[in-house]
Amino acid sequence: MTEPLVKPKKKNPVLRTRLATLPPVPRSRTALGLTRAAAEGVFEMQVCADCGTVQYPPREVCGSCLSEHLAWKPVDNRGELIATTTLRHSNDLYFRERLPWRVGTVKMAAGPSVVAHVHEDCAEGGSVRLTLKLDRSGQAVLHALPEKDTPNMNDAPQLRESTCDPKFRRVLVTDGKSATGMAVAKAMLEAGANAVFLGDASTWKTVPAFDKLVASDPRLQVVELDVTDTDSVDRLAASIGGKVEILVNTADYLRDGGILNRKDVNLARDAMEVNVLGLMRLAQAFGPGMCFRAADGSNNAVAWVNILSIHAHAALPARGAWSASKAAALSLSHTLRAELRGAGVRVMNVFPGPVDEEWEQLTPPPKIAPSGLAKAIVKGLQDGVEDLYVGDIAEELRTRLRENHKAVERELGQ
Amino acid sequence: MSAATSPAASAAPAGKRRGYDGVAVTVPVTIPYVRYSTRSAHWWLGRALAELIRGAGIAKGEVDGVCVSSFTLGPDTAVGLMQHLGMSPRWLDHIPMGGASGVVALRRAARAVQAGDADVIACIAGDTNHVDSFRNTVSQFSRFAQDAVYPYGAGGPNASFALLTDYYMKHYGASREDFGKLCVAQRDNALKNPHALMKKPLTLQQYLDARPITDPIHLFDCVMPCAGAEGYLVMSEERARALKLPYARVRSTIERHNAFPEDPIQFRGGWAMDKDALYEHAGVAPADVDFLETYDDYPVINAMQFEDLGFCAKGEVAGFIRANEFTIDGSFPFNTSGGQLSVGQAGAAGGYLGFVQALRQLTGGAGRTQVKDAKIGVVSGFGMINYDRGLCSGAAILERGATQGEAA
Ligand SMILES: [Zn+2]
Repeated sequence: MTEPLVKPKKKNPVLRTRLATLPPVPRSRTALGLTRAAAEGVFEMQVCADCGTVQYPPREVCGSCLSEHLAWKPVDNRGELIATTTLRHSNDLYFRERLPWRVGTVKMAAGPSVVAHVHEDCAEGGSVRLTLKLDRSGQAVLHALPEKDTPNMNDAPQLRESTCDPKFRRVLVTDGKSATGMAVAKAMLEAGANAVFLGDASTWKTVPAFDKLVASDPRLQVVELDVTDTDSVDRLAASIGGKVEILVNTADYLRDGGILNRKDVNLARDAMEVNVLGLMRLAQAFGPGMCFRAADGSNNAVAWVNILSIHAHAALPARGAWSASKAAALSLSHTLRAELRGAGVRVMNVFPGPVDEEWEQLTPPPKIAPSGLAKAIVKGLQDGVEDLYVGDIAEELRTRLRENHKAVERELGQ
Repeated sequence: MSAATSPAASAAPAGKRRGYDGVAVTVPVTIPYVRYSTRSAHWWLGRALAELIRGAGIAKGEVDGVCVSSFTLGPDTAVGLMQHLGMSPRWLDHIPMGGASGVVALRRAARAVQAGDADVIACIAGDTNHVDSFRNTVSQFSRFAQDAVYPYGAGGPNASFALLTDYYMKHYGASREDFGKLCVAQRDNALKNPHALMKKPLTLQQYLDARPITDPIHLFDCVMPCAGAEGYLVMSEERARALKLPYARVRSTIERHNAFPEDPIQFRGGWAMDKDALYEHAGVAPADVDFLETYDDYPVINAMQFEDLGFCAKGEVAGFIRANEFTIDGSFPFNTSGGQLSVGQAGAAGGYLGFVQALRQLTGGAGRTQVKDAKIGVVSGFGMINYDRGLCSGAAILERGATQGEAA
């Protein structure tokens, strides 16, 4: 059984911080299909459309009938662990620092034999389930997990390398006073976070629910943070930047309004200030510190979470300026992901449908409760995904976009 | 597995194959190995070619066919190497089959000589070993390895062989002591081979006490990567006699690639598909064999070759190992040079080591490693862990041809 993770001791500032290294990055372009599946948290492999053979490693043509029609599809993830080994030597720096490391061969019920990372609770000869995760390099790897969950399973060091579990980590919620911000803080505490810093851009404003939350747990700490003010962001980074292991950017500027119904760009500028330039300011202030601590022990800096919107993918003309700011933030997040990848810090983008909070008052249901959004974010971090779609509306729009993005454009514009 | 999805593979049809009549294999050469070399692969291959020409007593231009194997020759291939070496052969081959290269090169060259496409073919294999060569070779070995093996701990061949050794030990009854007995015997043999990098005796206790590298692989189960080259010549018997060269004849050969893809993990190699055809074509039986040179990157592969080449039945290898002695003067002379485990693994030259040693045995050139009265030898090759298993296998049955005295 996995030893429960112990709360990390206060860091000795004299000791050298372990620098970030990455597991091997190169993959063939076809193998990046696994990376896409892992980023979305699904288990898919190539399946031959003509003979049904499941392919692994990823191929260009079917290894059985030579058909070129190989589609990525969900496949049965169960298998038998037929051989294992524990590496006590590795040719790669990343693994050298993390030895011993257990790997094994799993004969999948779906057909292929695969080499996988093997969880310490898996018995050789026994049944396992495979899962696709992103490793620290951001590439997909297979993990063999026990058939059923075991106590403290997620605490296993190997699995923790491919996930971003908030347990024993410190979290900055950039707007802690919003309904979503408060819900995220609560969910992080429930998931075992060591501390949650609650950003507050409006210290003059009294919000009873916020005061009540802050008083409820000593792990909560209110910090002044206005993402539209570079000095404010820099001041906070100088104060707590070395302690932030997960950053959840909940700051948002949501207002109605398109283009032709206004005579100015003020609303658009305000949305951009918060949703785009705010993200950029946060990244410039907190990103380097997180990269420096990306391999620093069991509470290393692991994740940057952007709460975007499904409308980052498809504009809602009634909120055109806001949609544009979310689309711009999505684009910026790809650059941020590329820049953080060298250290192994993951960028998780969250795409919710409408959330049940004050600025969505007139939006008809279904709406996601802030607590539901927060729980999904925690689970996304625990699973280690990169793209998280939350709620029925988001899932439905995502499917419709795949089917016919022009139809979505027309329908959202009505 | 249904017939539709099963690869259409069958054993070699022995009755229809032609023999290797008139073919001579000769001039075994080894360029002494070193742990690390600052030279490039071209140097090692060039030295091997020069030694072959010197050993045969012919002019450089008389070599009209060349067959090359190397992992570290890149970006060049055999083609670029010919310009580098100033050769203008009318027949050229490049065999990227790792441990099976020695046997496969013979198959190609022997047929070319029989057909008259070339008269004298130099088969050479060599690699350099810079301090970072091994890591580079392992991380870029193949697409499947890059996509589906190297990201899992980057253990290289140790990890792949650890998995199949683990499976084999659990299902086929071989123990560490059995593997150790083979390693100890090979070390005894190596102490008689001046080319072996390992110069100290090895005891079974030292073998068992060695540190684990990748369970159940321990230190003395692993080869030491090094730089070196090996080579031999293929020509007609007529030519060999004219040159007064002692040579070996070829009784039969086999090769097989990606055998048994439906096996969930490797517990047998392609030899198991083709061994009956091999012995039938050669007109000999395993009992007629005087010595065996296998590809031995890990002891488990030796055990598989004993079974799959018919020296014992599958699952009976432990009893076979316990009942035999594997030293040069033992009941089953085996890897008489010391094998890669004690000589070192010079990249693709590792796929020639056993072949060249077999030629020495059959041409009276084996020195202190000579097996008394050796007339028939089996050489087998195994190579290329592309994903989870070795894909190439081959074997050759060689016999003593004319010795120098007879040739005159
Ligand atoms: Zn097919």
